[in-house]
Parts: sequence; C-alpha cells; structure tokens
Amino acid sequence: MNFLVNLGLGLLFGVGLVVSGMSDPAKVLNFLDLAGTWDPSLAFVMGGAVIVAFFGYRAVFARGRPIATERFRVPEATEIDRRVVVGPAIFGFGWGLSGFCPGPALTALSLGATGTLAFVPTMFAGMWAARYLAGLGSAPGPEPAQG
Amino acid sequence: MTEFTPVASLIGGAMIGLSAVLLMAWEGRIAGISGIAGRLLPPYRDGAFLSRLGFVLGLVSAPLVVFAVSGTPISQTVSSNVPLMAAAGLIVGFGAVWGNGCTSGHGVCGLSRLSKRSFVATAIFMGVAIATVFVTRHVIGS
Repeated sequence: MNFLVNLGLGLLFGVGLVVSGMSDPAKVLNFLDLAGTWDPSLAFVMGGAVIVAFFGYRAVFARGRPIATERFRVPEATEIDRRVVVGPAIFGFGWGLSGFCPGPALTALSLGATGTLAFVPTMFAGMWAARYLAGLGSAPGPEPAQG
Repeated sequence: MTEFTPVASLIGGAMIGLSAVLLMAWEGRIAGISGIAGRLLPPYRDGAFLSRLGFVLGLVSAPLVVFAVSGTPISQTVSSNVPLMAAAGLIVGFGAVWGNGCTSGHGVCGLSRLSKRSFVATAIFMGVAIATVFVTRHVIGS
C-alpha cells in the first residue's frame, strides 16, 4: 500500500517537474543565467510549490499525525552548522555545471539522454560517499528526515 | 533561449507542492529527493525502503505518462559532455546528501516549514549555481 501511494506521489511530483519545465536542464541553466538568456520560469515553479506546501503543511500538521504512520518525521535541527553551508555550496556548483538536481535527473532518466545516463550513476555514488562519510564517527541513530 | 512559461511552471510547481503535502499527510515524511534517493542505498535504518522505491519509480515514469496522455514528445536539452555530466552527478549527489537536502528538501519543503537551515541552504546553493553559470557561460565560455 505504501509502495503504491508513493508511486502515485512520485508520479505527481515527476509530472510536476515535466510540466513546469524543471526537468529540462536548458531551462534550469537559463534561469541561473541572470547575465545572459535569463528565463525566470523556475521562480514560478518554486513559488507554486512553496505556496501550496506552506498552506498544505499547516493543514496536515493540524491533524496531529500522519495517516499511515505514528508521527511526523521532520528535521528538528535549527543550528547552522558547517555541513548545511558546505553541502549546498558543493551541490550548487554541480547544479550550475549540469542544470540537473536530483529530482529532475531521475525524472529525465527515462528519456535516455547521454548526459542523463552519465549523471545519474555518479549521483548515486556521490550520495553513497556522503552517507558513508557522514556515518563515520557518529553513533548510529535515527537520521534527520530532511532531504 | 528557452521560452518563458509562467503558467505551466506555476501549475507544475503546484503539483510538486501537492505531492510534498500528500506525502507528509500519508507517511509524515519530507519530499526531499536527495533524501529519498540516497536512502535507497544502505545502511537502512527504517522500514520505508519500499515507499522510497515507489516514489523514485513514480518520478522516473513521469515523462512516459506525460507523453502517453499528451501525445507530445518531451523536449529537453541535456549536455552530452559525458565527463562533465559524470563529474557533475558526483558533485550534486555528494553535496545534496552532505547538506541534508537539495532543491526539493530545502528549497520546497524546508522553506514551506520556515526552516532557518533551509533558508541558508537555499540561498547558498542558488548563489553558487548562479555564480557557476556566470563563470562557465560568460567568463570561460565564448
């Protein structure tokens, strides 16, 4: 059941990425290219998503608990530590080089472009490396839910 | 050049937001793609593997569904520079997981929850990405 619900939600998310244009790296790179062929569309993607999630989350949290599990697992960390600065800086560099962030890259996979097929396997390798390094020296426990 | 598409982008964005809200309502989890995809890899610390697999399979099948419904091929321009894309993939995967989130986890879910960490993270990855495109297109590039 959880598998099917998530399949549907992943599909909704992915269709949103395709419809919005965010799964096209050219559109992302043009959004980031303020000094050149700037395409502000992606501000509307972020805006639409954040407005819906802002009000939607409030309604959901007001219910007190999720439908299929015991409790909400949202990140509780508030400290601005080194990782939350260094990680996004590294991620932003790769995003600017390629026009891909993880969601659009996975969504573009089935279109089979050479660049996408080169990107996704190494993306998983990078994710594995970060999880491995992050796990060193810290006691195993519940992970922060953010992502 | 790419066409400015405010309406389609707003609608697509709203679908992304709705997916995030429904995932929170159903399983109480953040719809962050780097978190979901990264936790398909070991170690496994909770029982949500099948949920995550379902979400990723849904993402991957989205273009096929859009094509089947609309009948229009999905146009994309992806760099075919294999070394560049492979390096970028490694950098994106590492940075997104190291920073506990990417465009979806910090940029959509975190901002919607008014998380201070996510505001910082989003400002940094947007700023660095903009600077990277500036350098590759206007300083190094033609």
